[in-house]
Amino acid sequence: MTRESSKDANGPTAHDWDHRPLRSRLMITVGGFGTLALAVAVLAPLVGSTPIDFARVFDRSIPFVDNADAQIFFLARLPRVLAAMVVGSALATSGVVLQAMFRNPLAAPETLGVSAGAALGAILAIVLGFTVTVGPFSPVPIASLAGALGAATAVYLLASAPRRPLSTAVLLLAGVTLNAFISALILFVQYLSDFTQSFRALRWMIGDLDVGNYVPILASLPLVVVAFAMAAMISAPLNLLTLGGDVAATRGVNVVRTHRLAFLTASLATSAAVSLAGPVAFIGIVVPHLVRLIVGVDNRVVLPAAALFGAAFLVGCDLVARTVMPATEIPVGIVTALVGGPFFLWLLVRKV
Amino acid sequence: MGVLGPNGCGKTTLLKLMAGVIVPATGGLTLNGVPLRQLSRRQIAQQVSIVPQETHPAFDYSVQEIVLMGRHPHLGRFAVEGPADVAVAHDAMVATGTVHLGARSYMTLSGGEKQRVIIASALAQAPNLLLLDEPTASLDLGYQLAIAALLRELNQERGVTLVLATHDLNLAASVCDSLVLLRQGRVLAQGPTVDVLTPSLVRQLYDVEADVSFHSGAGHLTVTPLRRDEATR
Repeated sequence: MTRESSKDANGPTAHDWDHRPLRSRLMITVGGFGTLALAVAVLAPLVGSTPIDFARVFDRSIPFVDNADAQIFFLARLPRVLAAMVVGSALATSGVVLQAMFRNPLAAPETLGVSAGAALGAILAIVLGFTVTVGPFSPVPIASLAGALGAATAVYLLASAPRRPLSTAVLLLAGVTLNAFISALILFVQYLSDFTQSFRALRWMIGDLDVGNYVPILASLPLVVVAFAMAAMISAPLNLLTLGGDVAATRGVNVVRTHRLAFLTASLATSAAVSLAGPVAFIGIVVPHLVRLIVGVDNRVVLPAAALFGAAFLVGCDLVARTVMPATEIPVGIVTALVGGPFFLWLLVRKV
Repeated sequence: MGVLGPNGCGKTTLLKLMAGVIVPATGGLTLNGVPLRQLSRRQIAQQVSIVPQETHPAFDYSVQEIVLMGRHPHLGRFAVEGPADVAVAHDAMVATGTVHLGARSYMTLSGGEKQRVIIASALAQAPNLLLLDEPTASLDLGYQLAIAALLRELNQERGVTLVLATHDLNLAASVCDSLVLLRQGRVLAQGPTVDVLTPSLVRQLYDVEADVSFHSGAGHLTVTPLRRDEATR
């Protein structure tokens, strides 16, 4: 069935957007998804095991120390919601960039081995009992960030042998191989560790947004901001890359530079997200594909839309994680994998 | 101008060199007297455009989006296409007869439609020099003639210089004023089409016995392959 015939049956498709100029598409997209993300950010902290009152939360006449509702909102729930937003948008952005760069709709942040590197760092910190802190930052996020950046550097060096341009094929294979290799190291470390350490490591690997306070979020922000800025710089070249490297080059794209920036963008965004919340699964796949169904495939629109929708989506998943089972909180990684797994399979089947 | 030769003789490599996509190990190319090495990808792309044999986008872009991508070398880093760019793209779509396909998904088009869209995208780049790599290789007879007519029109009415790499002798004869014959990476002969397209050179090029004659109905030389020349093998 062609697009044309499905249009009548299912209402407007993404291609109807093409009749609008890009600028207005961009404004509608950012406006729409921005409003959604903002609404979710304000509403999500109101929901939880203890009901709180919106008016009371923002009632300035009650001192903060006496205002239990405001304390729950600002100290217990808002950090978690903000962490979800940062992690969701970073992973979604990383997914969009990698999918365009590898010309493969199934590429994901996990592909680069960066997530695995972060996990190895975090688990070593847990098992060996690292106590190194940098300023207010605790050992596990520092170790996982180091692991993520280390894995990214290793993959990059493998793929950019001297006197040869960066090869996306090698990048992909090196990432996947490193992923498997590091996973084995992780299992090895876990095998040697005691029961409590193993359990903590496992909890970390599932992906959990219980960051405790605002400090880790602030720490990850610089990385995420740099990644977003670079993503904005390469959004148009990424469109041309999907036509193939040679065609992109003859349309004026510096292919090697774009590949390099795309790799850096994805690595930084993934590192920031994973060191904050662990390797939360499937966001980098599910969100970009959902967004493309709504706004089309132009990366200049998809990137901001995915960043905003990723934020809202992970907050939504976390809301489910916090509330679906009374008296307990499921790690959000389980919810995203339970939602993302079937969705991913549906995408595969739909493509064929 | 046409570049003719058997498979693997270096036609595509030559076009990529001309477009600056690959850099020669020795020697150099110049564009209007300026060495290609000194120009950025963007500067080259403002003058030279290429139409590859086949283009397979990894994502489901619309025809209009693909054509507008041709404007990329003319846009600033964060600029988006303005009305002027849309007008240029529309012009290119009129010239290639693809206006009615604008909102369609590129992936759902037929081979001939796809090739015309890619030519439109290359034209939207407003090049002085358009390089085409086997533009009709996967097309049926009707589309082959349509593309040939389109190319002649682009050359005569828009003053675009065309370099056409092909092993289709009749396409080359119908479109090209002059030819370069390549064999195993070396120039076998070059010159005006009427001088170069001879039975003797066709035999040297393809090891094929052929009849070359002027076809008054078509208005150009035509090549009829007769038999494979076993003697030279």
